[in-house]
Amino acid sequence: MATSTMPRGWRLAGRYTLLIVLTIVVLFPIWVMLVGALKPGNKVLQDPLLPTHVTFDTLREAWRDGNLGRALVNSTIVALIVTVAQVVTAVLSAYAFAFLRFPGRTFVFGVFLATLLVPFEATVVVNRSTVQDLGWLNSYQGLAVPFLATAFGTFLVRQVFLTLPKDLREAARMDGLGHLGFLREVAVPLARPTLGALALFGFLSTWNQYLWPTTISTDDDWNTVQSGLRALAQAQIDKPNLVIAGTVIVALPIFVILLVFQRQLVRGLTAGAVKG
Amino acid sequence: MSYCAPVAAVRLTSLTKTFDGVMAVDGVSLDIADHDFMILLGPSGCGKSTLLRMIAGLEDPTSGDVAIGDVRVNDVEPKERDVAMVFQSYALYPHKTVQANIEFPLKVRGVAKMERAEEARRAAATLGLTEFLDRKPGQLSGGQRQRVALARAIVRRPAVFCMDEPLSNLDAKLRGETRAELVALHARLASTFVYVTHDQVEAMTMGTHVAVMSRGRLEQVGTPQEVYARPASVFVAQFIGTPPMNVLPVGVVLDRNVLVGIRPEHLELDPSSTVRTTVTLVEHLGHETLVHARLGDTSVVVRLDAIEAAPSVGDDVGLTFPEQHLHLFDPETTRRVDG
Repeated sequence: MATSTMPRGWRLAGRYTLLIVLTIVVLFPIWVMLVGALKPGNKVLQDPLLPTHVTFDTLREAWRDGNLGRALVNSTIVALIVTVAQVVTAVLSAYAFAFLRFPGRTFVFGVFLATLLVPFEATVVVNRSTVQDLGWLNSYQGLAVPFLATAFGTFLVRQVFLTLPKDLREAARMDGLGHLGFLREVAVPLARPTLGALALFGFLSTWNQYLWPTTISTDDDWNTVQSGLRALAQAQIDKPNLVIAGTVIVALPIFVILLVFQRQLVRGLTAGAVKG
Repeated sequence: MSYCAPVAAVRLTSLTKTFDGVMAVDGVSLDIADHDFMILLGPSGCGKSTLLRMIAGLEDPTSGDVAIGDVRVNDVEPKERDVAMVFQSYALYPHKTVQANIEFPLKVRGVAKMERAEEARRAAATLGLTEFLDRKPGQLSGGQRQRVALARAIVRRPAVFCMDEPLSNLDAKLRGETRAELVALHARLASTFVYVTHDQVEAMTMGTHVAVMSRGRLEQVGTPQEVYARPASVFVAQFIGTPPMNVLPVGVVLDRNVLVGIRPEHLELDPSSTVRTTVTLVEHLGHETLVHARLGDTSVVVRLDAIEAAPSVGDDVGLTFPEQHLHLFDPETTRRVDG
């Protein structure tokens, strides 16, 4: 017995050592950020890894100077609009691609997927000019509209819908459900884990957007959290820990959301990967 | 517009269905009487499920008519046909409880909550599901799920029940029990049953009528006894009955231009017969013994009762063909020729 448990013990030890190293790698920048945010500006380079001279003044200053309260409200509103819209458009388009028969369905779906290959940066100039022509600079619609639908969302939800048995659709037809009824009563409830993951992704990616908000917000009142941080960095170039404190503030909501929904996220992304 | 059949008779007229040029159902005309238990029987790919789906409204006919009662329903949506369907896979809604599954068709039709809960409980009680009402389908056995699917169908009190091989996912014992339950259910409900199967035992034991199909066409319609006793074609003769009917080439038994069929239980071993053959295989099945032999290029099977003395492999035996049990078929058309 001893011969078989020893290698297993070593294997476990090796595995946990690797996990501890990875944990340190992931937590290190977060720790540095937290320590930096809790120090006064003149102490930030002194013992950068140790929480000495703890104060909340830096966080308060970053909140005030970066107008981060307004930026958090803006980001929340835009992220919510985009999240809801992405889920709705993904569900409707995925339903069409999964359940409806129409000429050119495969081709159109291919075109949808092909848009994933075009980086957003490649279209940002054209989008900026369109939004400007519409008079949407410094507005919620300007911040949100280009992101209301994603090919990724359509693809993800379509894959889940394709796993629903054909008999289920037909049983629903016999029971008297039309397309919208089937979507509401059967398809969406069964795709809930994936839709949750999609919503979370939509929210996170919108929250973390940097290029687009900085491109179309010319007024500080229309900063989102990321463009707010940039404004803070530019205005307080001599106080690097203000940006660090600002980063802590804007990362906090995301951190909480991830903690609450991490199970949902993993379940949604692996849905359909294994039978069950 | 809501549609309600005055009677539950089903009439199919010259019904045809093609898929991408492939003929699945080829000009089928069939009358199913009110309160009939009609079995659509045939091998895989013979078009029986497609025919059923056209009755249910899940497929549109390429040509021909479907009528329920006196009304042509080709253009009537499935939900308005007064037809319920039980699927092979049961097709239960996995996220809903048994109760919610059963009452769902009523919910869609706008029946009040109290009333539909009551109806669902009644249907569940009929099928012995009362104690499972709060469970999800995933927590039930195959047989229980099958009964939930039936309860979901009967709760609507439809004029016609369509069932697509509903027993094929059950084990042999449960299949036997459920067969009996379905027959009892049919006797209780004033509905017409149309039941698709490839299992001749189901066809023989459950149906009041059997429609045998092959390659999209109807081969024969009749009572189970009729199709067994007087098969209309070589196909029916060999599809119904286990082991299948022996069909011998022209000239082997009779000096006429006909194929001769005889069921294994009617073929007799007779030492004095001039038709001689050698036994190639003997199967002792407990209640019966099957003796295999060859006549020319054709293999034949003789069924003996278990108490009869069976020959051994390699024995030389004589065969007799009692005339009253012979079935004669045209060698060209393979249809029955002896009236």
